[in-house]
Amino acid sequence: MKKTDDFAFQLREIILRQSKRANAGHIGSSLSIADLIAVLYSEVLGPIGPRREPDRDRFVLSKGHAALALYGALYLKGVFDQSILDTYCADGSLLGVHPEHALDGVDFCTGSLGMGFSFAVGAALAAKLSGSKRRIFVLLSDAECNEGVVWEAALFAAHHRLSNLVAILDLNGQQALGYTRDVLDLTSISKKWQAFGWIARDLDGHDRTEIARAISEHNFALGSPAILIAKTIFGKGVSFMENRIPWHYLSLNDEQYAVALRDIGVEP
Amino acid sequence: MRNAFASTILDIAQMEPRVLLLTGDLGFMVLEPFQKRYPERFINVGVSEQNLLGLATGLAEAGWIPYVYSIANFIALRPYEFIRNGPVLHRLPVRIVGIGDGFDYGHAGPTHLSIDDVGVLRTLPGMEIIAPATPGQAREALLKTYASQGPIYYRLGKSAGGTLPPVEFHSGKVEWLRNGKDVVLLTMGGIAAEALSAAAQLEALGISAAVIAVAHISPTPQNALFEVLKKFPLAATIEAHSVQGGLGSMVAEVIAEGQMVCRLLRFGVRKPFDGRSGSLKWLLREHGLDAASVSSTLHKMIRNIGEQ
Repeated sequence: MKKTDDFAFQLREIILRQSKRANAGHIGSSLSIADLIAVLYSEVLGPIGPRREPDRDRFVLSKGHAALALYGALYLKGVFDQSILDTYCADGSLLGVHPEHALDGVDFCTGSLGMGFSFAVGAALAAKLSGSKRRIFVLLSDAECNEGVVWEAALFAAHHRLSNLVAILDLNGQQALGYTRDVLDLTSISKKWQAFGWIARDLDGHDRTEIARAISEHNFALGSPAILIAKTIFGKGVSFMENRIPWHYLSLNDEQYAVALRDIGVEP
Repeated sequence: MRNAFASTILDIAQMEPRVLLLTGDLGFMVLEPFQKRYPERFINVGVSEQNLLGLATGLAEAGWIPYVYSIANFIALRPYEFIRNGPVLHRLPVRIVGIGDGFDYGHAGPTHLSIDDVGVLRTLPGMEIIAPATPGQAREALLKTYASQGPIYYRLGKSAGGTLPPVEFHSGKVEWLRNGKDVVLLTMGGIAAEALSAAAQLEALGISAAVIAVAHISPTPQNALFEVLKKFPLAATIEAHSVQGGLGSMVAEVIAEGQMVCRLLRFGVRKPFDGRSGSLKWLLREHGLDAASVSSTLHKMIRNIGEQ
């Protein structure tokens, strides 16, 4: 098994085990980005160094409600150990449902949709202004594009040619209360971003090779910022969760948990 | 005060190379000197205040000190949640510069007034607020605080304001503008000039009024206010701001928590806007905040207290 494939597999297992242990929701949203996170953390991002190492790459999980996928990645990278991971959603834990910058490996607090993207554009501008080669990655959800600030920040990043910024859009077609096509249609989302001056590239958000290639082909030194429009399946890997609206919020019962683990290839 | 900012930021930028100036497409005839001298450190981000605060957060996380500039309500209220989740939550040195001290943009109408900015931002622990009374005090405050670790909101008047003697700025303190013994007038921002006129009118009526400028609004200058209030049987707060959430609320909190006997009268905005607009002078009168209204209200009250 390739390193990244293994990373993605372990990430899915962590998402299910921790959601069950904490009786928490947002499982489908976390599974939907597991492959994207796996590529970023196993192949793309530089060392997740000490917080004050100014030239480290930045990753902003703008769809903060999928924080469990991020926590899993930080755990797999050795940023913290199992005992910390097991505090997910516990009283006094730094591992809440949404990421907090007080946690090592998290640069920006997110959870209020749209803000993380704007922070990331600021981070990209900061790097350009100081002549740093560090790269900024930001992962946002499709429904997050309902937020006006996403488009304010998109205009800004393109105008200032923030080539050091790569956004990834988790196009799973779902939001809290319905399918995006029914709530606020995002048809031609790539063209929308292109019209805003971005390099937009459609890809399969579960094809880890394709994701890695798209990132490696981007010119971080010069030109426009890029967005990968990653077509994903909400709840990817768990049969009864895939593309089902209620799993934005629901948590697993014992029976569902057993099926979910089997679905992703783990014997309970 | 606005011009004091324009000149002081040049000096700060010279001392501190991490300083940036970002505007939400406002600052005509104000920001040009900075733009000319430091073109690489000046960015007009466009009319997008939410993104302005988001950008500032990303910049400050990387070590820059961004000053973000707009009319007070646009920079304090429109991106409120960005201020809360950005510089405040991350404890970053973002400097929010809001122009328009209450009624400064009176002719522009209610959409351009800032009578709730302090009240809103004062609810945030970790948000420092400075509302100077004079251009000189604004300059001193800017110079003394530019290197602070956390976020600061500077509420700066648009015009030079009335004639006031030089006023200093000291963190956590209040500034005496005039001594007195019967009543103390506590003021926030450029309206201090109006309060001094009111004090002069009261003197003619045989009432000795002290006047104090409270420029360091948050964190609450608890001890400084306590020391002032314990000397007076009566205090009045005067602010071009809602009586809820601003200086009046703050002084009421100090009196209540300090179990003080000082009586309090709050002058400020109490009624909703009705669509009419006008000059600063007209608005002050309309809301009972001009010197004549303040002095006559206080005179009546003090007379009533005397008769009780």
